[in-house]
Order: sequence, then structure tokens, then C-alpha cells
Amino acid sequence: MSKISYREAIRSALREALQSDPRVFLMGEDVGRYGGAFKVSHGLLEEFGPERVRDTPLSESTFLGAGIGAALGGMRPIVEIMTVNFSLLALDQIVNNAATLRHMSGGQLGVPLVVRMATGGGRQMAAQHSHSLEGWFAHIPGIKIVAPAVPADARGLLLAALRDPDPVLVFEHATLYPVEGEIEDGAPPAEIGQALVRRPGDAVSLITYGGSLGKTLEAAGQLAAAGIEAEVIDLRSLRPLDTRTILDSVAKTHRAVIVDEAWRMCGIAAEVSAQIMEAGFYGLDGPVARVSGADVPMPYAKHMEDAALPQIPAIVAAARELLGHG
Amino acid sequence: MTGRPEPTPLALDRGHALELLRQMGLIRRFEEKAAELYSRGKIRGFLHLYIGEEAVAVGAMQALTPEDNVVATYREHGQALARGIPAGSLMAEMYGKANGCSRGRGGSMHFFDVSRRFYGGHAIVAGGLPIAVGLALADALQGRPAITACFFGDGAVAEWEFHESLNLAALWRLPVLFLCENNLYAMGTALAGHQSQPDIRRKGEGYGVAADAVDGMDVVAVEAAARRAAAHVRDGGGPFLLEARTYRFRAHSTADPELYRSRDEVERWKQRDPIALYTARLREGGLAGDADLRAIEASAEDEVAGAVRFAEAGPWEPVEDLARDVYAERA
Repeated sequence: MSKISYREAIRSALREALQSDPRVFLMGEDVGRYGGAFKVSHGLLEEFGPERVRDTPLSESTFLGAGIGAALGGMRPIVEIMTVNFSLLALDQIVNNAATLRHMSGGQLGVPLVVRMATGGGRQMAAQHSHSLEGWFAHIPGIKIVAPAVPADARGLLLAALRDPDPVLVFEHATLYPVEGEIEDGAPPAEIGQALVRRPGDAVSLITYGGSLGKTLEAAGQLAAAGIEAEVIDLRSLRPLDTRTILDSVAKTHRAVIVDEAWRMCGIAAEVSAQIMEAGFYGLDGPVARVSGADVPMPYAKHMEDAALPQIPAIVAAARELLGHG
Repeated sequence: MTGRPEPTPLALDRGHALELLRQMGLIRRFEEKAAELYSRGKIRGFLHLYIGEEAVAVGAMQALTPEDNVVATYREHGQALARGIPAGSLMAEMYGKANGCSRGRGGSMHFFDVSRRFYGGHAIVAGGLPIAVGLALADALQGRPAITACFFGDGAVAEWEFHESLNLAALWRLPVLFLCENNLYAMGTALAGHQSQPDIRRKGEGYGVAADAVDGMDVVAVEAAARRAAAHVRDGGGPFLLEARTYRFRAHSTADPELYRSRDEVERWKQRDPIALYTARLREGGLAGDADLRAIEASAEDEVAGAVRFAEAGPWEPVEDLARDVYAERA
């Protein structure tokens, strides 16, 4: 075991992939000389050279589409979109091409493409740099969506994405890059589509992922201090969604709170809630609750941004409410 | 290229000269039949006919080898046939049958045949260009001596992916042959109504991309220009933008009442029908006689009839397979 940051964990997976598979290359804006906007790829240009660590122009749609083409042509490209906000410029390629080509070609084509991007708010970046759109992307069949919350998953899910024969979008919450965690040396790739119980409990299920896991675990700690044992589930993958783990937990706790940063309206929390309703309704002691982002463009001022994002007191309050301790 | 161009001299190889006519004739007959089958309800969805533009696909395809990649648009019947995809598998695809080239998943707009390196059939205007850049990048990184030919229309030139793709391909000196089929209309909007600089060839300059324009109604000229362009790309000269100036004789799609252009204009262009022009030149040059022309027509007729039989006899994909190939099957 060693303790490394989320950023270093991604970099170690990138290095491992570049070392072990000659088909792998990395491309994106400022991934080379600059070292990555979040310093994730720092040092990789020097180590692997400009053929395999490629700085691109600010042309999101085209370098993402080129990633699709290169994947069709036998490579295993890793495309870095600096942040999810800029992925909107590449939506055509992701939705119309990456997601469709296998099915639409009658199974002739496959797009083994990995797309990494930073996501989320909480850094006072205001309304155009704080999106949490991973749930949006999870709406689309043909692509897979993962959102690692801890360094071990940042590495393990990226390695899994690289082994996957289909396009995988990896959402890295931007506040997590400096966060450290234990990582098992030489651990195998994680499994895409498998949620994990991060803290066991029997009173209420707190279901979350990515940048909200830390807050949710904090909330669970506060609840435990009050004698309420919350079970914390880290989804890790939004598509495929591990409905089994969610339902097993809710069958035990009979109560569910979903915590995510995305806008409440039509967010991933709504989907999780619907799945619980459809398959776990008769095991519930109360309505499924959501602690989601406020339905507003993200404000810049710190106190206003805090108010727009799920916070620990709100998670605690939602759980207590369900338990009749409101 | 200004005014009416002088025809490019005919090739001396009679076999090749007749082959060009055969391919254009097959595309024409195939599409006439498709239009008829559409009106009979055998084919549904969109049907974008290439009639009038046959010389572009047939001429350009002569410059490619089987190792090269082709990326095309939703108006790709001509490219698919010229690439050698069997007419039956294309017709079956339009029927929506499981023996279609995309198993009935794509229809007229989404032909795929990986065995012939035919990568679609893309129905978002300009959406195929970045994919072509990526295919060329994969070849460059793997040291494959292939080029990627990417067809698109004049409408695509207004899209950002056109500009980004030319820039990226030139920046990385990738082997892409950009083939703009300028049929003068982006659906119903005339070139002058959507381009501040309607001379498409000149758009290469801004990106350092070598470019040329050719009379797209002259199959011999298209072949010659495509061979020059492909040689430039193959020899490591970076991408090339070839604009073929052509005209679509039929409506944009089956849904188009053609309110945006005059009957006179269409009739004037029909005087430059690429098949009629080329046939006349073959006759004048003594390269084809009545018997040759009859044989070519009969072979197209037979091939299309066979394609219809193949499509009619094809099975429907079982509904149980609806979700098959959304993702790769688990090993």
C-alpha cells in the first residue's frame, strides 16, 4: 500500500498504459508541454514523446472525433477534454458517433476510446466552469460513464476504461485532484458497473459518487455520532448503473437519500430514485430523498456557491427527516 | 476553373474507360430503382439521391487502393457502389433487412463495410471529417501507408468541424484527402447564401492545405485531379482539399419540394449529365460502340435486379436483437 493523490493515481495509470500498450496515446489541450490543466499528465511528454502525448488545438469536437477515428483505426486513444464544460463543444462526436457506431454498423465497428474530463463545482469558477453533466451523458446508450471518488478508483477505473471495447467517459471531480488516499500497489483494474459500500449501516442508505462522496461520508460520521448508522454507497459507474447494490442496500435500510452535485431536475438522482421506486418500492419506509444541486447557474461568490451545492448539514437533515428525527 | 471547362483528354485504356461508364451507370440505375422502391413503400426514412453527381464518386475512387479508408456522408450510395460494396447488400440495407451492409440498422444514410474500409455513411453534416482525421492519425502512428478519403458537401464547409479538421490534419500533416462535393446547395440554401467566400478551394489556403477544384461532371477530369491529389497526400505532402463542382439533379431528399431553385436551372445542368457527356465522348473517341453501351446498360440492369431480389429475400433482424451491439458482447 502507498498513499498518493488522485492526480498521481491517474498519472500512474496513464504511465502504466503508455508503457504497456503501444496503441495507447494521449491527446488534448495542453496535455503535453503544459503538463495538463490540472497537472495530471505532467512529465509524460518528456517520458513518452510528442507522438504519444499530443497537444491539440482548441478543437474539442475534432480531436474527440479524431480519437474515435483513431480507435476505429486500431489505436487506444485517451482524449482529455480539459473540463466537462468544454465537452459541450464535442457533443456531436460523443452522442452521434462514439455512442452509435457499433450498433448502427450492425456490430462491425467498435470505438475503444477513453475520454477523461474534470467535472463539478466548488472552486468558485462560476456558471460556465462548474457543471456536473455526467448524469446527462449517462442518458446515452452506447457509452459508459465512470466517476471515481478516491485515488484507487481514479487509477483502477481508468485502467478498466482502457481495457473496455467501448467508449468510456471518465469524470474526475476537480476538487479531488490533490486528495490523497491509500492505493494498493499493482492492484488490478476496477470493474466498470460495480458500486461499492464505502461505509456499512442499516438505518438509511446514502447513495452518492465522485465529488460528493467525501461530504456524504462526513455526514454519515455525524449521523453515527447521533446513533444513526447510515450505509454509504459509492456508485463509481453511472452507466452501467449497479442497481443490484442499490436495491440490496435499500432492502436492508428501507430508506434512501441520493446525494449529487448535478441539478436536481432530471438529474442522475432522479434516475436512481426511479429505479428504487420500480424495484424496491415495497421495501421502503418513506419516500426517496434527494440532496442535489440547486437549479441555478452556478454563482461565483463563495457563500452563494456553497448554497447551490449539496452540503453536509443538508445530507444529515435529509437522513434525519426520513428517520422521523427531523 | 472558370466558365465551362475543356474536357480532360480521355484515357487510352479502353477497359478502364468502359469501367468508369459501367460504375456511373450502375449508380444511376441503382438509384432510379431505389426511388421507385421508395414510392412503393419498400424503402422508408430518408433517401438522398446522388443522381447527377456520379462522376465525382467514380472518378475519385479510382485514386484509392483497397488499403485506403473512405468516410462518406448520408448521400453515399455512389461512393459505396464505387468502392465495390455489392449492390445487394446496399439495397437490403435500404429495405432494413438483416442481410444489409449495416444489418438494417442504418438504412440509406448509414452504409458501413469494414472489410472494404468503408467507414460510413454519416448523417450529421461535417461529422465525418474528424473521424477521417483520426483514421489517418491511426495510420500515421502505425506506419500504414494508407490515405483516408473523406467526402462531404458544400454545406459542411460552414460547419466548425470542417475548419478544425483541415487545421488539425495540416498541423499534424496527416494523409487525408478532403473531397468536397460542391453541388451548389446546402439542402435548399444556395452556396452564395451561406458562404462569404464561395470559392471553396480557397479555404485550403488559410490552413496551409493544398487545394484544387475540378469539373465534377467530367469523370475523367475528376479521376485525374483525384490521382494528383492522392499522390500529394500519399507522398507525405499532408492533406489535400479537392473541390468537385457538380449538381444534384433530384431533390435534396424525398421530403424536398424544390422551392429554392428553378426548373430552368435544373434543366441547364442536365445538359451536362456526366453519364451522357462521357458516353458521347467515348463514342467520339471510338472507345465504345452500340454493343458496348448495350452490354453496360444490361449489366447494370441485371445487377440492380439481382440486388432487389437479394433485398426481397433477406430476413428481418429478430426483435430480440434490438439491444445487440449497443455494447460489445461480454467475452
